[in-house]
Order: sequence, then C-alpha cells, then structure tokens
Amino acid sequence: MGNPAGLVKAAPWKDPGVRPYVEIEHLTKSFGDFKAVDDVSLRIYKGEIFCLLGPSGCGKTTLLRMLGGFETPTSGRILIDGEDMTGVPPYERPVNMMFQSYALFPHMTVEQNVAFGLKQDRVPKVEIAERVAAMLALVKLDGLARRKPHQLSGGQRQRVALARALVKRPKLLLLDEPLGALDKKLREHTQFELISLQDQLGVTFVVVTHDQEEAMTLAGRIGVMNHGEIVQAGTPTEIYEFPTSRYVADFIGSVNIFEGKLVEDEPEYVRIRSDELGGTIYVSHGISAAPEATVWAAVRPEKIFMSTSAPASADNAAHGVVQDIAYLGDLSIYRVKLDSGKVVRVTRPNTTRHAESITWDQPVFLSWDATSPVVLTT
Amino acid sequence: MRAPAREGSATGLGKRLARVGVSGRGLVVALPYLWLVLFFVAPFVIVLKISFSDVDLAIPPYKPLLQWAANHTLDVRLNFNNYAFLFTDALYVDALLNSLKVALVSTGLCLLLGYPMAYGIARSAPRTRNLLLLLVMLPFWTSLLLRVYAWIGLLKANGVINNVLMSLGVIHEPLAMLYTPFAMYVGIVYSYLPFMILPLYANLEKMDWQLLEAAEDLGCRPWQAFYKITLPLSRNGILAGSMLVFIPAVGEYVIPALLGGPNALMIGRVLWDEFFANRAWPTASAVAILLLVLLVPFMMWYQNVQARESASEP
Repeated sequence: MGNPAGLVKAAPWKDPGVRPYVEIEHLTKSFGDFKAVDDVSLRIYKGEIFCLLGPSGCGKTTLLRMLGGFETPTSGRILIDGEDMTGVPPYERPVNMMFQSYALFPHMTVEQNVAFGLKQDRVPKVEIAERVAAMLALVKLDGLARRKPHQLSGGQRQRVALARALVKRPKLLLLDEPLGALDKKLREHTQFELISLQDQLGVTFVVVTHDQEEAMTLAGRIGVMNHGEIVQAGTPTEIYEFPTSRYVADFIGSVNIFEGKLVEDEPEYVRIRSDELGGTIYVSHGISAAPEATVWAAVRPEKIFMSTSAPASADNAAHGVVQDIAYLGDLSIYRVKLDSGKVVRVTRPNTTRHAESITWDQPVFLSWDATSPVVLTT
Repeated sequence: MRAPAREGSATGLGKRLARVGVSGRGLVVALPYLWLVLFFVAPFVIVLKISFSDVDLAIPPYKPLLQWAANHTLDVRLNFNNYAFLFTDALYVDALLNSLKVALVSTGLCLLLGYPMAYGIARSAPRTRNLLLLLVMLPFWTSLLLRVYAWIGLLKANGVINNVLMSLGVIHEPLAMLYTPFAMYVGIVYSYLPFMILPLYANLEKMDWQLLEAAEDLGCRPWQAFYKITLPLSRNGILAGSMLVFIPAVGEYVIPALLGGPNALMIGRVLWDEFFANRAWPTASAVAILLLVLLVPFMMWYQNVQARESASEP
C-alpha cells in the first residue's frame, strides 16, 4: 500500500499555481429521476493516476463515460487541457478508453486492432507500422502481432486493449476496471506493469475500480464515490489513515467504529466516553465539535494491541473474550467479543512460525495508542 | 449364441432387434435418412432417368431406358439430346439467365430492405424485439398463394393503389403495375424478405455493441464504425440470408406466373410449360436437372457459411 514512489513527484493538487489538466465542474448526470452523478467537481493533474473507487452503482462508470464522451452531462462541464469538451463526440476527443470487456475487434489481428485508431487518423503508413511495433514491444506482445483476439489469453487481451488505447498518445487514458477480468496472481503483476508503463509514457490515467486494493496500488490519488458524489479525494495514505467520514473509513479496509459522547475537547486532545467500548477513548489531537456531541472513533484492526495482561492506562483499553480466529498465513484475524457485547476485529502479523499462545475463548485485553483513533463527526 | 442384454429396460422387441444389429439410436438416426431417400433421392433418380429418355406418345409420355431385347440382351438407351436441345434453343438459356438476374436483383433488394430492419430489431429493447420478430414472421400464418393474390388486388388497374392515387389526384389514369417486372419484384421481395431478416437478425443479435463505442473512441464516426465493424462482423449473416433468398428465387414459379404476366421468362415457368403444356417430360426433366446442377455450388457455399458461423461461436 502507499504511493507508487516517484510517480507524482510533488503533490500538484496542493499547489494552487499548477493548472489542473482535467477540470470537472459541477457535473451532474440524471437518468429520469435517478442522479447517477450528482454535482461532482474534481481536478486531475497531468501525469497522475487518479482512481475512482466505489461500490457498483455509485456513478463511477457514468463519470468515466462522460469523460470519454459516451454520455452527455445533464449539467456541468468538463475541461481537458483547458478545452471545453461539452458536445465534443468521442471520435474527436483527445481521450482514449480501455473498456472493461476490452472490446477488441474479433475480425482483426492484434496488429490491426492496435493500428485501427492511427489509420482512422490518417497517420502515414510507415509511421503506423513503427508506432504499432513499438507499442507492441512495450506491452510485450511482439510475437503475437498476427494472432486474432480469440487466440489470446486474458492477460494478453488486456495488453492489446491497453496498447490500442495508448498508441494514439491520448491526453487522457480512461480505464474501466482494467484488471477486473484477470485472476488474482496475474492482477497483482499487471498492476505494477501498468504503473511502470504510465511512468514511461507520462499519460494521465483515470481508473475506475470497485477493488480498493487495486485503487491503493495504482493510484496517486483516489476519489471515493458513493451515491453519485465524491465523498473524499486524497492519496491512499490520506484516505486510509485520515478518513473524513464513517463511510470512507468503513469502505477502505476494515475498521472498528465506537460510538461515543465527547466529554473533553481541548486543543491538544479529546476524550470520548463510549458505552460500546465500555470505557473512554483518548485521542491526541483536537477536533471541532459541540460538547456532548455524538462522535465516532475509528480504530484500524492492525493498530490494536492484544495481550493477556492488563494495560497500564485506563484510556483506550477494553477487555473481552476471543470468539474466533482466522489464520491467513501472513496474519491472523481475531474477533474479540468485548464485555459490552461489541465484537472487535484485531489483526496480528504472524512474525514467528510457532502457534500463538492466544486461542479460542481466552480472555484478553485490547489497547491502542492515543495517535491511532480517528474521530469522525459524520 | 445369445447376445448379451445391454440394458435392463430393453423390451422383448428391443432385444430381438438388437440381436440382428438394430439399436434404438441407429433407428433414430436412420429416420431422416429414410425420409431423404424416399422423398428426395428416389424422385431425383426418377427425374434423372426421364431426362435421358425419348419422348413417346404414351402414358407416361417417354420410353423406358432399359429394355429386354431378343437373344437375352439388355438394351440401354441414353438420350443426351434432351440436354443438347436446351442449348440449341435460345429460350432455355435466356430463361435461365433471366432467372439468375431476377434472383440476384431480388436478393439485393431484400438485403437493402432487410438489413436495416434486422439491425433495428437487434438494437431494440428486448420486449419490443419479440413483438417485431413476431411481425416479421406473421405473414407465414397465411398461405403464400393467398398473399400473392392479395398483391394482385393491390396492384391491378382498378386496384387499391391506383384507386387511392387517383382519388388523391396524384395520377389521372391508372398505372400499369400488374403483369410487369415491377409487380414480380414486389412479389418476390415481399415473400422472401423474412428469409433475409431472420438470419441477419440472428447474427446481429450476437454482436457486442461496445465494439462500436470502442471504434468511436478510436476516431470513427458512427457510419465509419458501421462500415468497419458491424458490416464485416455480420458477413456470415449477409451470406446466409442472401443464399436463403437467392436459391429458391432462381426456381420461383408462382410469383412470376401470377404477377409477372406472360412475358416474365423464368426457368421455373419454362419447366412448367414443358411438363404440362408440351407434355415433353424428358425436356422438362433435363431443365430440372440442369437447374439443380447450377444451384448445387451455391448450396455448398451456404453450407460452408453455416458451418463457419457455428464454428466461430465461443
């Protein structure tokens, strides 16, 4: 997890002097009464991999299709490199799309598929041959140029689709679930290939995915979508460590959320009284909320310590019984039922080869650092 | 020696049949072959035989091929003149060429009309799709002959079309439409259109429409995407539909006879006239055999297309 190193060197979205490459302004798309995309504004910078992440039906694909020109926005507009794209049909946009089904032309060879867009643009024949050969070499398909799509494996087809979209040197490449059809092993490998390819070509990528792991690996920034809105946009680390809502905290990774009342709210710390936890939560940063307001403290499972002896502090501590253990090899997941009745998820890396002393039905103490919880007000 | 019982459920009859080498599966497979032998091969052999006979004023009006002669010899007399005759009289070659022309033009018209219809049906919503397909097949519920007669009522001098046009003041005297090549083409195209639409629809229905979006994404205008993607991918549908129209249209008899008038020189009508008017059974048979021989390559081509179509399915 984390940023692909060196990909987006600076953070252009934090620099007001840098002009965004793609500007999405108050974009809305309605199908009848249903708002698939609801007043989305977004800025994407040159050379970025931006992931739109969300559950199915959240509007991410509709947003992508509007960028490609396949759907007309109900209101709002899209600018690419300063040019207003409203009303520009797909065949005139400096944008290419890699379709989820790849949509390779079955009656054409790999070579013809890749050359298709260049022929359409009346690029000279010699140049087409050169660019197609270079692109096929780049995606490691040199030997398969004369095959038909049905003679290729899933991974090879995915690379043909990518080559076909990239060979036109688009300003923006749209990828709809680019790795969705590949099996898990191949997917992981292809993710890194995709990143290095993007790095070499410097093309701006907008990726749609429902797979948070894929988004975290690929993206420089992620826009989390729900009900047609972008609920949070930021780097994978920001999204994971500093979610701004319970929806994002819960959607990305797994999390334990404790509902509570704000009892102390100082500039340096807050203290929350939570009946769900059966104790108090101490967080080493201030928030701005009304006293006695209902807030939620989110603690990631890997940030919880589990021990058979009682922790020193009364804050950020709980007592419970191990209900279930899932052994995943690299780590184990424990479901601990607190005395309050709430079930908490705790993960521990299996750093030694021998079985843990903690086992089913064992009473345990849970605790975490004051920096670990995130306080959420929505 | 007793044959081992194959299945517990075998009946007494089944066992007895199995003993002489007849299985239920063999019977099922044999049935269509039996049908073809009885109703296709046998009549074909008879027609082939007649095409090599001499004309005779008798019933039936031809002489036998084989005859026992004196001193125990079997005389075989094959008369090739019936075939030679077809090429000496220009009538037959003209009729054949005209039939091919009419079939070709009709196939082209059916394709021009049928392709947009099949395309429209394939791209419509599933609910309307079934309704539209039903409408395409609806004419089959009435006999072909009745439908052709209905066209006479529409096209004749004081028919529906002329009456409507005259009452609207578009024309002042009736158009001569019936008994013209126009009427014949209307009849053939009308009757064979479903045979074009259905295979085209079956082909287009399998089409992945996202390919068109991909083509547009790569710089194609919609009509270019149609020309470069849809059309080549529907090639097998076009060939299948065209064969289904062309092959029967070559030998078409009823429609030219009823709508085309006396001048519509089609090979099917020549055959009919030879057989019924001239009672020249050997000549008629020779025409029939010649027609069949001409159409066999097209049928084989069609078979080939069909085989390819089913092989290309994932």
